[in-house]
Amino acid sequence: MDRLLYLTLCQIMLARVTDLAFTVAEEDFRCEIREWLAAHVPREPLPSMDTAEGFRAHQEWERELYDAGWAVVGWPARYGGRDASLFEWLIFEEEYWRSGAPGRVGQNGIFLFAPTLFEYGTEEQKNRILPPMARGEQIWVQGWSEPGAGSDLAALRSRAVRDERRGGWVLSGQKTWSSRGAFGHRLFGLFRTDPAAGRHRGLTYLMADLAADGVSVRPIRQLDGEPGFAEVFLDDVFVPDADVLGEPGQGWNVAMSTTGSERGLSLRSPGRFLAAADRLVALYGQVRAGTTPGRRTPDTYRDAVADAWMRAEAYRLYVFQTVTRLQEGGVVVGAESSLNKVFWSELDADLHTTAQRLLGPHAETGGPWLDGYLFALAGPIYAGTNEIQRNVIAERLLGMEREPKGGRR
Amino acid sequence: MRLGHDRDQQLFAASVRALLGRECMPEHARAGFSPKRWEALAGIGVPGLLVPGQYGGLGLGAGELAAVAEEAGRACAPEPVIEAAVAAALLTHAADGKDTGRAADWLRALADGGATAAVALCPAAPVAHAVHADFVLVARDDALYGMPAAAARIVPVGGVDPGRALGRIDTVVRAPGAALLLATGQGAALAEAARLGAIAAAADLLGSARAMLDLTVQYAGRREQFGRSIGTYQAVKHKLADVLTAIEFARPTVLRAAHSYDHALPSAARDAAMAKVFASDAADLAARACLQVHGAIGYTEECDLSLWLRRVWALSSAWGDAAHHRAAVADDLLGPDPAPACPPR
Ligand SMILES: Cc1cc2nc3c(=O)[nH]c(=O)nc-3n(C[C@H](O)[C@H](O)[C@H](O)COP(=O)(O)OP(=O)(O)OC[C@H]3O[C@@H](n4cnc5c(N)ncnc54)[C@H](O)[C@@H]3O)c2cc1C
Repeated sequence: MDRLLYLTLCQIMLARVTDLAFTVAEEDFRCEIREWLAAHVPREPLPSMDTAEGFRAHQEWERELYDAGWAVVGWPARYGGRDASLFEWLIFEEEYWRSGAPGRVGQNGIFLFAPTLFEYGTEEQKNRILPPMARGEQIWVQGWSEPGAGSDLAALRSRAVRDERRGGWVLSGQKTWSSRGAFGHRLFGLFRTDPAAGRHRGLTYLMADLAADGVSVRPIRQLDGEPGFAEVFLDDVFVPDADVLGEPGQGWNVAMSTTGSERGLSLRSPGRFLAAADRLVALYGQVRAGTTPGRRTPDTYRDAVADAWMRAEAYRLYVFQTVTRLQEGGVVVGAESSLNKVFWSELDADLHTTAQRLLGPHAETGGPWLDGYLFALAGPIYAGTNEIQRNVIAERLLGMEREPKGGRR
Repeated sequence: MRLGHDRDQQLFAASVRALLGRECMPEHARAGFSPKRWEALAGIGVPGLLVPGQYGGLGLGAGELAAVAEEAGRACAPEPVIEAAVAAALLTHAADGKDTGRAADWLRALADGGATAAVALCPAAPVAHAVHADFVLVARDDALYGMPAAAARIVPVGGVDPGRALGRIDTVVRAPGAALLLATGQGAALAEAARLGAIAAAADLLGSARAMLDLTVQYAGRREQFGRSIGTYQAVKHKLADVLTAIEFARPTVLRAAHSYDHALPSAARDAAMAKVFASDAADLAARACLQVHGAIGYTEECDLSLWLRRVWALSSAWGDAAHHRAAVADDLLGPDPAPACPPR
């Protein structure tokens, strides 16, 4: 009885089945981007984007991408994109990183700020801000962290005071660790507009020009020796009402939509790690063949190489599953993005550690693997540290009781 | 591109889950294999999942099997779900579309729940569910033999998980009553069946790990020390967060492996190995973390956690442990392991 019912159900239901092949249109898209990249990716790596010269070179590269229609594939065409689906975007990313193309100097604007703009921005804001962002002309800088507000972002103290006469807000305070801050153009960040309201309440999401009166920027050298981030001091900086994103006082909610993208899909797509994993497999082969100087016993790391490759692959499959769910159920990716963040950042750190081990005594002499290693080590810190992510996983996904907050002041 | 259980897989899994939710509470699971529960599972088609329709089965694939095995793990069901599926795959090869003969008879018996199978693919290893099997399939030198349990001289052996009803098959394959099902040279069919077992075991391990995690989250919310529930401590939270992460990233690898198996894709062997690596590692991590978070109560047989601990300890190394499969992936990816040969004497 049960079984008959089941069989009938099977027959009448045209179930959407697992299908791990891309469509012909998607494969064409892949070929198109692959060919374009093969013809255009600079043969010599660009200088570091965290130098004045490299920053400019990376901006020019963004412009080249834009002119060919590749800068922001997932955006609507009217802002410079090509309305690509999420799967096409993933394909773009796979090909992009596989080709060895330069890092994206505009990434914090394109991948973190833009999704928030699409959700909360007015038409005027989108028309004004998105096209120059896509062209690589305006590089955006994230201004969230402050000296006293890291993991505990809601402790931030930079203020925005209402200026009725001029129709805007006056900013004062200090932001820090702002990536690309040394050479970037505009900042998006959170400011306290109502000090009397609760920690998460009186915050407003604002934009500011880094060349405006009252702004001073002090570059900070990172572990690789380059000024990859900066402190931003704000001393009575005027910002017009047009540069408020969302409603005043709603900044926390507006900002949380960006954290979702930061930890989740957009900031670190699988393509980047798949490419690194393939390079790691190649490195193992080269070290073993003696064509790249490395440790004499690379076979000690066979399992580690296989693990790195498998984890990159697992991340890819996990993201395919997420995108499938997004497309079918219209669900939003919420706290699950914390699983992503922990997984990709630890995979990246382990992958690059393995590369260093394969290089053995030659690892310290530097090169792309050392750069990659240093960069990977920041992964568990930025975009919300992995300890914070584990709290989120436990409390929001597993439903465990929150830990008592606060304490001595 | 689509990665997720199909609607009918979900539906099937839901019916298995409902059935086991009623019939396989922890106190039932503790009592071991139940012919009555097996009959109920047969009623919804579980043992005949991979048996072709011609022999009365559902003729479905590894995708459905994975969905069902995950539920079996979640409920800690001590029934030979994996063995039935692997036996079905092997017997389907052997029957080769014919309606008569041993293989066809066994396929029909599997599908209607009239017989349970045990499968011995690696020589010398103890065989799961052999003690209550009606017939056994034994691989020797690339060939496959089948025999009724009575002919196989099955000797029960103890094991960490009593639910596995381990036995040693103490017979020569040419014993009276034994039949040659697949002649020598069928290594590919045997390897494929082993892959199916690994995929199903991986899915089972995910369900088992998730069940342990759920139990442990509940326990951590109840148990108080130092004036608050232990679940508020980060040392506890972070362990369990890692378990969830491991499970969630293993699941799509299992789905992919099942898909590759069903479509006989060129990557099928590597995909199955990868799924078992992730699932075994996730389940081992879950067992370790969940026992730790339970403290001494978790170290008792009385605590229900022990049911899954035992299951995972056994199943994470059955059908190839993580190290075995990781080495297989490494060989595929990096070329054969040039492990140093023994130094000349
Ligand atoms: C390369 C890089 C680029 C960055 N770019 C930007 C940027 O562009 N814009 C920007 O605004 N910020 C940026 N950041 C800053 C980043 O967001 C912060 O570093 C991060 O939020 C952590 O804050 P913190 O550094 O003050 O560390 P803290 O919050 O002081 O944490 C220190 C340690 O304590 C742990 N800890 C803190 N609280 C808890 C808790 N409740 N439970 C358990 N452990 C805890 C943390 O996990 C960490 O290990 C960047 C950081 C890096 C490394």
